[in-house]
Amino acid sequence: MTTLLITLPVVLPILCAGVTLLGLPGRVIRVLSTLVLTTVLADAAALLVLTDTRGPQSVHVGGWPAPLGITLVADRLSALLLTVSVLVTLAVLVFAIGQGTAEKRRSAAEVFHPAYLLLVTGVSLAFLTGDLFNLFVAFEILLAASYVLITLDADGNRTRAGMTYTIISLTSSLLFLTFIGLVYAATGTVTLAQLGPRLAELPDGLSGALALLLLAVLGIKAAIVPLHFWLPDSYPTAPAPITAVFAALLTKVAVYALLRTQTLLFPRSSVWTLLACVAIATMVVGILGALAQDDINRLLSFTLVSHIGFMLFGLALFDATGLTGTVLYMVHHIVVQAALFLAAALTVRHTRTTGLDRMARRSPPRPLVAVLFALPALSLAGIPPFSGFVAKLTLLRAGAWQGGTAAYALAATALITSLLTLYAMSRVWSRAFMLQESHPDRSDTPPLKKPAPDTVRRPERRADRYGARLMTTATAVMVMTSVAVAVCAGPLARVGERAAHELLDPRAYRSVVMTEEDR
Amino acid sequence: MTGAVDITVNTLDVTMAVVVGGLFAIGFHLMLQRSLMRIVLGFILLGHGTNMLLLVAGGTPGLPPVLEGRPVDPAEPADPLPQAMALTSIIITFGLTAFLMALAYRSWRLSGSDEVRDDVEDRRIDIALQRAGADEVTGPPEGPGGNGPDDGPGSGPGDGSEPGGEGDGDAPDHRDDDDTAPGDHR
Repeated sequence: MTTLLITLPVVLPILCAGVTLLGLPGRVIRVLSTLVLTTVLADAAALLVLTDTRGPQSVHVGGWPAPLGITLVADRLSALLLTVSVLVTLAVLVFAIGQGTAEKRRSAAEVFHPAYLLLVTGVSLAFLTGDLFNLFVAFEILLAASYVLITLDADGNRTRAGMTYTIISLTSSLLFLTFIGLVYAATGTVTLAQLGPRLAELPDGLSGALALLLLAVLGIKAAIVPLHFWLPDSYPTAPAPITAVFAALLTKVAVYALLRTQTLLFPRSSVWTLLACVAIATMVVGILGALAQDDINRLLSFTLVSHIGFMLFGLALFDATGLTGTVLYMVHHIVVQAALFLAAALTVRHTRTTGLDRMARRSPPRPLVAVLFALPALSLAGIPPFSGFVAKLTLLRAGAWQGGTAAYALAATALITSLLTLYAMSRVWSRAFMLQESHPDRSDTPPLKKPAPDTVRRPERRADRYGARLMTTATAVMVMTSVAVAVCAGPLARVGERAAHELLDPRAYRSVVMTEEDR
Repeated sequence: MTGAVDITVNTLDVTMAVVVGGLFAIGFHLMLQRSLMRIVLGFILLGHGTNMLLLVAGGTPGLPPVLEGRPVDPAEPADPLPQAMALTSIIITFGLTAFLMALAYRSWRLSGSDEVRDDVEDRRIDIALQRAGADEVTGPPEGPGGNGPDDGPGSGPGDGSEPGGEGDGDAPDHRDDDDTAPGDHR
């Protein structure tokens, strides 16, 4: 039963990705993808309950014991993130089906569903894998799928952005492989559970260099300043639902990998000053970048970079409260960022432009869309009743308890960044959703430029209305999930706390992976 | 495989070290070029370097790991794990190289040039700088977040005679399809 629970999130999507390539009718493929993701979601939720009640679970694939064979491990952290991630992928899939991105052209539809399911496979494998090399393979699966998705229906702009994205990701992947080679040469193993003690035996300089290389590799993938330049340049060009799922998941998978490897491989007992500096830089540079943007998707991409810094905040403190904050922040941010990008897509669909200044001259979207944008926006800024507040409060409390220059600097930067996030969000709000005083009847104002032919709104057909309803529903589900994260903050915080303790004390993790004499 | 610690640290093949180092150096150098084809070649070389590194990580050479019949001393065969890893990574780099080539071809078909183009933001900053330079004669400069109608790529002024241009001379004809040539500072 455990075997089935742990392997299903990896095996089912990849099998169905194969099935969707067989040339079935579009309707069958859409139903199949949705069913698969729903099944995986139920499975992930069951896994979360199982790991929370009985501790970490592992599967030795093919019956080979740990250092030799492939091991899949699920603990609270991975099960929690898996559940949230699959929920997001499901909502975004429904949104994409509604928008018709998947079906705009026959060739694009053929590619979208297999690539999307492969992306889910990669994300699941990254969360569940128990060794470094499989982590690399998981990253390659999800990145290869993302290369295809980001260049879907590629025009000139998308090709340029896709090229940047592909090359940067490939470079980081090769560096990751280099890291694996070096680690294997130094320790003779790639199993995460076995590496911790062996790396501790190495000379300080060597293990320090390895830790830095790993930080650089995952820093590129997670878009940590100063390695973030590719993200705001490439994400906004992709189709809206794909941007949403990338923003929600890809960087977070890298942050998860950072969390997992740093706690298992390079555990430390005090504040990690280097990461604290990087976190501060990430928060500040990201949010200042967001303030300078005029394009709603670029603005949101920059806030994404900025809020990666919050996740590093908790990891830099390296204590139970800090890690709890990081876990909570990741859960909150996955949901909220996806909801924001989806709501932005609904707004762009109405105003037919992504530029904020041009939005100010168009009529604002329906109030429902405004609400769907406002709730996650307030949550992102950390306004009290919403999910961001809970996560930020935990982080700030961790910073205050830890004390010391680095912790206080982190806490202060986090507060300022939250304030600036609120400013950035209110800027979007006032441009996109408020009726401007200076343009009393701005719907009469002629648009500066004729909209591109494919964004011209055709007369609403029944299928269009159905699609629009699906899109709104998917966004509403994401927004409601973010509200639910806030409502369930108590139980969630307790799970997060247990997950953080599990990270800091990896004995249970090691004992399910390795037999006694191998450790 | 648990014995790999002693073997690899003691006997590192200098030839392999030089080859791996050389491949990395050339690979990264090529990846820093502007031509897409060179970037692809750089990626291929870098992939080779990484695969060699994985093989070197396996320690000293030995017998084939899979032997029929006769019992062998566990120290005799080569470590099979790095070979498996290298094989996996060869497959992955091969597939991604094919994708990268296709993308480079697509880019060449669409833009007519083999060069990585300036990103949108750089171009907008360039345009804003040029405007600021032009406005200094008449009035206060416009900020870089200027709300002109030209925030789409390729819709800005295509003037090549602005004072902001440094005129870097090397192959400006490749960027004739957009407005980046005058302010191109790379």
